[in-house]
Amino acid sequence: MNRENDTWVAQLIHAGGKRESALSDLREVLLRNLRKALAGRPHVDDSFLEDAVQDALLRILDRLDQFQGRSRFVTWATAIAIRVALGELRRSRWQDVSLDTVLKEADFVPTRAVDTAPGPALQVERQAIIAKMHELIATDLTEKQRNVLLAELRGMPQDEIARHLGSNRNAVYKLTHDARKKLKSALQKAGYDSEELATTLQY
Amino acid sequence: MAFSKQEIENLLRLVSLTKDAELNCVECLALVAEFAEQHLAGKSVSSGLQAVEQHLSICDECREEYEALKLTLGEIDGNH
Repeated sequence: MNRENDTWVAQLIHAGGKRESALSDLREVLLRNLRKALAGRPHVDDSFLEDAVQDALLRILDRLDQFQGRSRFVTWATAIAIRVALGELRRSRWQDVSLDTVLKEADFVPTRAVDTAPGPALQVERQAIIAKMHELIATDLTEKQRNVLLAELRGMPQDEIARHLGSNRNAVYKLTHDARKKLKSALQKAGYDSEELATTLQY
Repeated sequence: MAFSKQEIENLLRLVSLTKDAELNCVECLALVAEFAEQHLAGKSVSSGLQAVEQHLSICDECREEYEALKLTLGEIDGNH
């Protein structure tokens, strides 16, 4: 079963007996690797693994031209299979949860923080940053950016957020990246740099 | 709809890690196998892969996938 990267790709591209043999071997390797990667997770049984590997093989074949040979072929293929399998697990876990439900949960505005900072100066600083963040979230972000950021912070997977918005994971990532950049820039204008934020957040 | 104190603090952490240019999840997937192999080999992260490390510090899903991939690398060692 040991193949060099070039051999894997060559055999998977060209139709024929070698392709069937390579597909069969890759299927076997992915099954073994997924079983190890997902061990102990609920809802992962043989049927789930078989389906995930079948979906993964289709994606891998579809993306063969994107494999650049910078890692072992099997590592690259396993990364794709893991994305497929974990994506399916997340989808089944969240499929009955609406975005509205996630956004309504734990709906409160903190009025007083309970800090464990070592000194009052840091506590005051931390309170000031949190207050500034509340202000910036309200004034600098769009409603869509606020909703998506909050859903992510409450654990909703990006694929699920995308499904509710009729979008995709990359677009959701871009939306939140733009939001984070806006907040970072606004915080810097207000006199808070990344180093200061990191120091304040340590406590 | 409002952010709790804990959510604001988590968001602040993400903001402090934010870069102007970041990989998206598809770009991260294309590079994460190489990143994982370098990590397993104990090599320092090459400059071209630092963006993967940064993306993993921000993105929960990609980090979960990377952690799962690492679990398989010893196995992959024997079946490449």
